Amino acid sequence: MPGSDASAPSLPKAAKRVGRMELFLGFLKIGVLGFGGVAPWARRVIVEERAWLSEEEYASLLGVGQILPGPNTLNLAVMVGDRFQRALGALIAVAALMTMPLAILMAVASLYERFAAFPEVASAMSGTAAAAAGLVIGTALKMTRRLRPTRMAILFGLVAFVAIGVLRFPLIAVVAVLAPISIAAAALERRA
Amino acid sequence: MKPAPLWQIAGTFASLSLVAIGGANAVMPELQRQVVQVLGWMNDTTFASLFAIAQAAPGPNVLIVSLIGWHVAGLAGLAVASLAMILPSSLLAFGAGRVVTRLAGARAIRAIQRGLVPITVGLILASGVVMAATADHAALSILLTAGTAFYVFLSDWNPLWALSTAAIVSLLGSWLGLPA
Repeated sequence: MPGSDASAPSLPKAAKRVGRMELFLGFLKIGVLGFGGVAPWARRVIVEERAWLSEEEYASLLGVGQILPGPNTLNLAVMVGDRFQRALGALIAVAALMTMPLAILMAVASLYERFAAFPEVASAMSGTAAAAAGLVIGTALKMTRRLRPTRMAILFGLVAFVAIGVLRFPLIAVVAVLAPISIAAAALERRA
Repeated sequence: MKPAPLWQIAGTFASLSLVAIGGANAVMPELQRQVVQVLGWMNDTTFASLFAIAQAAPGPNVLIVSLIGWHVAGLAGLAVASLAMILPSSLLAFGAGRVVTRLAGARAIRAIQRGLVPITVGLILASGVVMAATADHAALSILLTAGTAFYVFLSDWNPLWALSTAAIVSLLGSWLGLPA
């Protein structure tokens, strides 16, 4: 690596300036648009519409967001906000991402509690709940297809699925046991 | 039902926050186990409808935690649950983001990512199956779950279309006297 400069040349910090208001409005939009999950909208707004980050920069930040605990998009908001406006930017991005959806959700939920006694509402909601389960299953299948996993990756995915989904083991125990083995296996596989 | 104590809400969600690799959908089974079975804050049916509301509204799916907090302890519960779920993981992301920007592309980081990705996907699939077991009680709802899964798997269209179609189909089904 040339020199001892801490900022790697692959990630130019000052490539683009994004103001606080811009940051706020961008993440506000991501939150409001994000029906059924915000991840696709985050990429659309950050990379395509506003060009805050290149495709590669976005993918590398999202990758970090995915391996950390917590919602991927929220982790991404923290890191994008920090990159452009330091700690205050992280706070702004998270607040913008959560505010509108929270307000909408409270409105929807209080309407629901008022109307839950109607059989029509109950049956529409039970249909939505069934579909929401399908949304999660379909998302997992789609991710599997796009990631093109190795046989070993499929094995670890299946073990995680069976432990949690079928045997109903506690999550913390499963992750604590499975994650180190899977990471070690990935490191060895790469070397082999 | 008596409101749940705030310290219990804070403790439950703060510890979930730090293991929620893959986001809210991946911890859904654990969320349900804690909230329904361990703490007894609500039954399966209530949990399933809160989940459906959170999915139907825009925004991060983690908002189901805010909704649970609201349900068990009002506005204070909502605030405590949201902060407890968001703050620990966000602080971690903040620190990690700075470290990774410095070490971008390091081999160890890639191995960690490659090792965790399959577990993440397995956990999400488990969530879907657990939710389906809670939500599906008849042929019609099983069909709606399967239909939506295929729709999401095969297309890139907005899942909101599938969710609202399912609501309408289920409504029509109940008018025709089908069990749901």
